[in-house]
Amino acid sequence: MKTSIVYPARILLTSLLLLWLSGCSTMSAQPVAEVPARHPVESVVNSNVKYAVDVYDPWERMNRRIYNFNTKFDRYVFLPVVSAYEFVLPNFVEDGISNFFSNVGELENFTNSLLQLKPTATATALGRFVINTTVGIVGLWDPAEKMGIYEWKEDFGQTLGHYGVGDGPFLVLPILGPSNLRDTTGLVADSAIFNAIDPFDFDDHSDRAVPYYLLNAIDTRHRTAFRYYESGSPFEYELVRLLYGKARQLEISK
Amino acid sequence: MKYRSSLLFFIALLLSVNGWAKTESYGYPFVDPYVATVIGTPRDLQAEPAALRGGHVKRFELQVFADRVKPDILWYDKGLRTAVAYQKHKAPLIFLIAGTGASFDSPKNRGLARAFYKAGFHVAAISSSTHPNFIISASTSRLPGHLMDDSRDMYRVMEQLMAKVAGDVEVSDFYITGYSLGGAQAAFLSKLDEEKRAFNFKKVLMINPPVSLYNSVMKLDGMLNNIPGGVDNFQAFLDRLMDAFTEVYTTEDHVEFNDEFLYTVYKHRPPKSDDPLAALIGTSFRISSANMVFTSDLMTNAGYIVPKNRVLSRSDSLADYAKVANRITFLQYFDELLYPYYQSKQPGLQRQALLDQLSLRSIEDYLRRSEKIYVVHNADDLILAPGEIDFFPEVFGSRARIYPTGGHCGNIDYQQNVDYMLKLFSE
Repeated sequence: MKTSIVYPARILLTSLLLLWLSGCSTMSAQPVAEVPARHPVESVVNSNVKYAVDVYDPWERMNRRIYNFNTKFDRYVFLPVVSAYEFVLPNFVEDGISNFFSNVGELENFTNSLLQLKPTATATALGRFVINTTVGIVGLWDPAEKMGIYEWKEDFGQTLGHYGVGDGPFLVLPILGPSNLRDTTGLVADSAIFNAIDPFDFDDHSDRAVPYYLLNAIDTRHRTAFRYYESGSPFEYELVRLLYGKARQLEISK
Repeated sequence: MKYRSSLLFFIALLLSVNGWAKTESYGYPFVDPYVATVIGTPRDLQAEPAALRGGHVKRFELQVFADRVKPDILWYDKGLRTAVAYQKHKAPLIFLIAGTGASFDSPKNRGLARAFYKAGFHVAAISSSTHPNFIISASTSRLPGHLMDDSRDMYRVMEQLMAKVAGDVEVSDFYITGYSLGGAQAAFLSKLDEEKRAFNFKKVLMINPPVSLYNSVMKLDGMLNNIPGGVDNFQAFLDRLMDAFTEVYTTEDHVEFNDEFLYTVYKHRPPKSDDPLAALIGTSFRISSANMVFTSDLMTNAGYIVPKNRVLSRSDSLADYAKVANRITFLQYFDELLYPYYQSKQPGLQRQALLDQLSLRSIEDYLRRSEKIYVVHNADDLILAPGEIDFFPEVFGSRARIYPTGGHCGNIDYQQNVDYMLKLFSE
């Protein structure tokens, strides 16, 4: 009984594999000869010139594959979920959820401002957290901003940058998007700090963690305007790679 | 001495009268066309700064050609992206045509869409025929730049889009507008519509169009020379720009990376000359044109930047090609791709004859006698060659409105401009 199901399945798989292989072989069977371009790279690119588009990216092939994976994940999973979320919830609820996660983020801003010995930033994070957690009712509102105390973002990647750690190789993280080795290290450190503080007691209530992280992810995507391949530029990967580094350079400088 | 002081007095009087006239009749804040072009209109002086909200915007990915073939490296392009904002009732519909290299949801198109939607129009936004998405999914030649042929492609798109929304949108009359290159195209689309009669446009508005495409691209290409040391020193220019950004970002209390960022930088640290602004405008144009040329090269397998017949994989680096594409001037694109293509279609076609087709002068008679076509422009628009601005009052008469300032489309969102535009379309 068992084999009767498995056997046809194996035949199907084998034939699919053969079909795929033959498809591949017919595609590569007749390669058309290349003709040099009218403006070949060698004739234009000069080794003495520094090009803005060149960013240290030794894992480029992997990064590009993940970039493309993220595009599809966005298109078929992430954005449809976010759209449903935006359709179901009224705007003020979405804003409340965003404020809530921003307020939790003040922990990260606080620790990293402290680590960088920045008194104003540390006071800002602390002040915002106290005001928004109390007056803003567990952070669902942001009265601190109305009082002119604006969010000052600091993360461990910025802390490392502040102490002179360079970008390292460019990295595209699955789902999370563009990063680099320094900032990915920072991400790991920040989540380790978060787990150590464990403000929601996930240690004893592991059932809370999944909905928390899920909602956090949806809220983050909801707030991020970026859409893969909507710039229209065929050089979008290069552009994102350049701008990511520049934006982080600015954030670290503050 | 006496003579000198009276002269000074006279100059001061002239200046003050001049200043008075300007502030009385037109209050757009930037008199420097480079500043206007880069900064645009500060948010508190815009007509409709709030985002278009509500569920009445529908996005589409049109399959313009059923059998379109494209290289695998462009796998992500799933059809021509457009959007329509619906009114719930029968209403006029306006098409918005984006400028060079810009998409249907470019900031300028968004500003126009908000204004027209609020004024009660259905709004249909179309990307420029020079935008990569249009080249990949909707261009017949895959080589944009020919005003009439591109307009034919665009007309097809507009017809398909209307067929798609026919059940949801009740249209009383059709209107069309566009800015920059899209402005020139709006006129060509109107001319095409006189034959095809799918829309019977009631009114057409060109916003800051070029007169001669050739003159405009020459000016824009030339602006890159304002990078100190030339294009090869772009990295150093970018570094200095970053230094300025950093200074502003670290000293200002609260800076957000949004459409107001450049204005914030400008207020804090106005550039000492127009050179860096010109370089920025040139850079922005070159990036658009590099995107366009590279996409055309890929779509036609022209062997222009990528070796002919090379199959690029999705994980191949394109950085080196980007370096090449960013060095190609629009004139090179014209001479090396566009002109040969049209020569092969029309043997004996002279270069100058093709250049003449890429100009509003080629449809001057039509523009002169079409009472429904209007134009708004700026006397200091940077894309016009000296004297070209006179074409508009000369050809359009009272249907041309020329603002004294605004640079290239810098005042497009300015309250007074939007008011005039809406008044024009409500008459």
